[in-house]
Amino acid sequence: MNRPPRVSEAEQSRASTGERVSAVGASPTATSEPMMEVDPRLYRHLADAQVNVELDTGDMILNLGPQHPATHGTLRLVVRLDGERVISADPIIGYMHRGYEKLTEFRTYPQITTLINRIDWLSSFANEVPFIDAAEQLMGILAPPRAQYIRTILTELSRIATFLLFLGEMGLQVGALTPAFYGFRDREHILNLIEAATGGRFHPNFNRIGGLKDDLPWGWVNDTRTAMKTVFDACDTFEDLVAGNEIFEARTRSIGIIPAELGAAYGVSGSNLRASGVDWDLRRDGKPYLAYPEIDFRVWTHPDGDSFARYWVRLQETREAARMVLQLLDQLPSGPIMTKVPLIIKVPQGEIWVETENPLGQMGYYVFSKGATGPFRVKIRSASFSNVSILPWLLRGVFVPDVITILGSLYFILGDIDR
Amino acid sequence: MSDVPGTELDSTDDASADEVTTATDVEVEEPPDPHALDEEHAQLLTRLEGELGDAVLDTEPRFGDPVVRVRRDSWRRAAEVARDVLECDYLSFISGIDWQPAPKEGDEDSSDTSSPVQPQEVSYGAAGSDGRFQVFAHVQSTAHHWGLTLKVDVDETGMLAESWVPVYAGADWHERECWEMFGISFDGHPALRHLYLPSAFEGHPLRKDFPLLSRVVKPWPGLVDVEAMPEEPEEPASTAEDTE
Amino acid sequence: MGMLAIDIGWGSTLAIKTIVILILVPTGALILGYTFLLKVMSHMQSRLGPMDPGGFHGWFQLVGDGIKFIQKEDITPEQADKRVFAFAPAVVVISTFLVFLVIPAGPDLVVKDLDVGVFYALAVSSLSVIGVLMAGWASANKFSLLGALRAAAQLIAYELPLLLAVVGVVILAGTMSLQGIVRAQSTESIFGFDGIGFPFILTQIIGFTLFLVASQAELTQTPFDMPVAESELVAGYMVEYTGFRFLFFFIGEFGTAFAFAAIAATLFLGGWALPASWGISDGVMRFLGPGVLFAKIMLVAFLMFWVRFTYPRLREDQLQALAWKFLIPIGLANILLTAIFKVAF
Repeated sequence: MNRPPRVSEAEQSRASTGERVSAVGASPTATSEPMMEVDPRLYRHLADAQVNVELDTGDMILNLGPQHPATHGTLRLVVRLDGERVISADPIIGYMHRGYEKLTEFRTYPQITTLINRIDWLSSFANEVPFIDAAEQLMGILAPPRAQYIRTILTELSRIATFLLFLGEMGLQVGALTPAFYGFRDREHILNLIEAATGGRFHPNFNRIGGLKDDLPWGWVNDTRTAMKTVFDACDTFEDLVAGNEIFEARTRSIGIIPAELGAAYGVSGSNLRASGVDWDLRRDGKPYLAYPEIDFRVWTHPDGDSFARYWVRLQETREAARMVLQLLDQLPSGPIMTKVPLIIKVPQGEIWVETENPLGQMGYYVFSKGATGPFRVKIRSASFSNVSILPWLLRGVFVPDVITILGSLYFILGDIDR
Repeated sequence: MSDVPGTELDSTDDASADEVTTATDVEVEEPPDPHALDEEHAQLLTRLEGELGDAVLDTEPRFGDPVVRVRRDSWRRAAEVARDVLECDYLSFISGIDWQPAPKEGDEDSSDTSSPVQPQEVSYGAAGSDGRFQVFAHVQSTAHHWGLTLKVDVDETGMLAESWVPVYAGADWHERECWEMFGISFDGHPALRHLYLPSAFEGHPLRKDFPLLSRVVKPWPGLVDVEAMPEEPEEPASTAEDTE
Repeated sequence: MGMLAIDIGWGSTLAIKTIVILILVPTGALILGYTFLLKVMSHMQSRLGPMDPGGFHGWFQLVGDGIKFIQKEDITPEQADKRVFAFAPAVVVISTFLVFLVIPAGPDLVVKDLDVGVFYALAVSSLSVIGVLMAGWASANKFSLLGALRAAAQLIAYELPLLLAVVGVVILAGTMSLQGIVRAQSTESIFGFDGIGFPFILTQIIGFTLFLVASQAELTQTPFDMPVAESELVAGYMVEYTGFRFLFFFIGEFGTAFAFAAIAATLFLGGWALPASWGISDGVMRFLGPGVLFAKIMLVAFLMFWVRFTYPRLREDQLQALAWKFLIPIGLANILLTAIFKVAF
């Protein structure tokens, strides 16, 4: 039986053209301005924009949230509707603001590691990495290679864990009940691995300045290799079940197109920007960190910039992360996992900006230190904050169901927005 | 405890033992010079200084990242130069900093030993500062993969800086947060309103003279939750033991 | 009543039949709900579903849920239109009960075999739209209103494909009475071969598919569950209902699913009847009929719920486009083809 080509192959050939979505002449400011000439590929998105001019009905203001299944937490979206079409949307955040930047001024460096685990709680190991990297660079110490490799492996495992959840719950946002369960089920394998190595499924708190807290347990490497096989199978399942579903495509193609320049101006990062065709990945293009310079990996982009593209890019990145983990396991060096650090850690005076490619996007810490046991000020640059700031522009003129699709495809975590 | 540094591990738990690189003869690498800049960023700095001229007050490279402090009236122009000339189309963040040292917690003989003790003398960071407040931002280029940090001083009495919203659309939320946390207003911003905090909130939390409210409400060590052992009589809560 | 050799009389017969229906509908809803919503769905999602209540694979779960709903506090929103709010679930449930009046479960086991049986069943099932609109408006909640308006548009749009799917069957059977359709399927033969009778699904496969799709939409099930979109409107028009009012909606939803599955089984799979060539007398069928019908209902319901758990939901405008631009032309073409073949062969 002639099976139609997998979604991947068709999309891959388009993805490798390297083109970007552009909005020629689109207004760069955030205020609502009429869309001028736009990229013809956006036309399909705008084609149904026929405002009902016969009935002059009033607008309706609808509050999506803060308690709402689609907003991934306590995000409140005040939308102004004309029938089912959004006229304007205003995200109101801060329901989960925990005051991290203030708290960091009152904590020592190891204590801050515990705090920042909880910024993006789905891929919590990845939050610790840039901060620890910043502290180590300020102190002028280098973690040993084995520690760097293990950090990389755990970061990529958190990336896989987050993305598996995304692949499942994106289906849920669009209405398919089943993929969400598969996402959670497949994620359990990864969480078991992280728990075996660090002791915590969600908040490992495993990094120490100078290395790691502990070494890997016996047999962990083989268990991880087995788990990566299930990850590949899960990605295949999601590709067939969700990405290949005609209704899913009808719901996500041409919905929520982010033009590349506008996305960059808003600070949209990570898979969201790569799905608009921007070939930029901090693991490859930024300052070298962890063990990424020593392995080969491919950066996936997609020319469309719509919700389907974001889903597809994350699907490919999950597979890529699994391949990276396998490479890292093959190259894992032996050796110590912690360099010599004093018992009380005082970071000398200085300031540094460290950014990493976290699952949600670009996460960075600007650390100001005055030589004390804790920092003077830490600016936490979280990815979801910028990803969500584009919503007022992005949600103009879409239908209410599309709002949910767009929110799902941007994939933000409330802790990351609100810190 | 496995925090003992320098523990040697055998490599038998790796499946491909033949490909393992042993790190026993690892070279102790020298940490890079914090003030070094690679070729690309050095050229970036030169171009920026060329465009802005004397609007650049000071520059200092930090760990591969140029830090540039510009004059107060050139803040937006610096953004425009960064975006148009240096092709930095990506806005990472805009934030503020309060250089005043935090007042010590409690009084001299307070038993609050929880927070790190910061030096009480005023000192400024890279590229200096001429006042208490500064706004700093980081911009990057998605095509050329370079970035730089820009800083500007904010006058303490006026608390006004130029807004970047006409240049980078994403500055909207960052400047709202900066205003909310520090009280720095941005000239040209469409609507400075609260972002994280409720609209009735008074004060600017990230300023150093704004105390950590949880410590004010309940002084350190806070609520000590100690369950009495079954045989011991219940102790009143005020005589909490030091569970440090 | 011909079943028992006792002369009971018209009124008592009606009373007995009414009581049977009143018991049957919630029970059918419960069985359907438990089997498919709780167990089949769970297994498809690689989990077990309820296992504890009642001991054996949690069969008591829905009964327990029903009891829980009944004992809950009855909350009516302050700004709701009280009488409309209270009456809306009743409208939905009444329309469900009315459908069951014409579904035959055996040679005599039907409340009233109307000559316009099919027509009546579909007409009465569309009364629930009114109930949905009443619920959405009276709830004084913008989410409910959105859900109700979506439902109104959707349910009305999908009435037509439903009807067109059925017309093909009516042409083949020559009658609109459901008993007549069942008899036609069991006694006729396919091109001379009468081993399995002539279930209309064999020639009306398009009609069957159309009927399933349209009934999926009529039941507001995924992929057509925009009115009740869980991740957006959180139960849509039902969001303000608690306690036994919600129970009514629940019974209405699954009871209607039961009814539509029964209608599909009757129209396309042969209903309660086994092929006449198998030579089973009517007397035996009076006992076997309900069982046969139940098996066929389960089969159809499995298909409906399987689709429900797999597919995402269509957006309103895509849904409408599907109905008006795709399903209705197919239904009309189906009728044309059926008529041609009926006359030609």
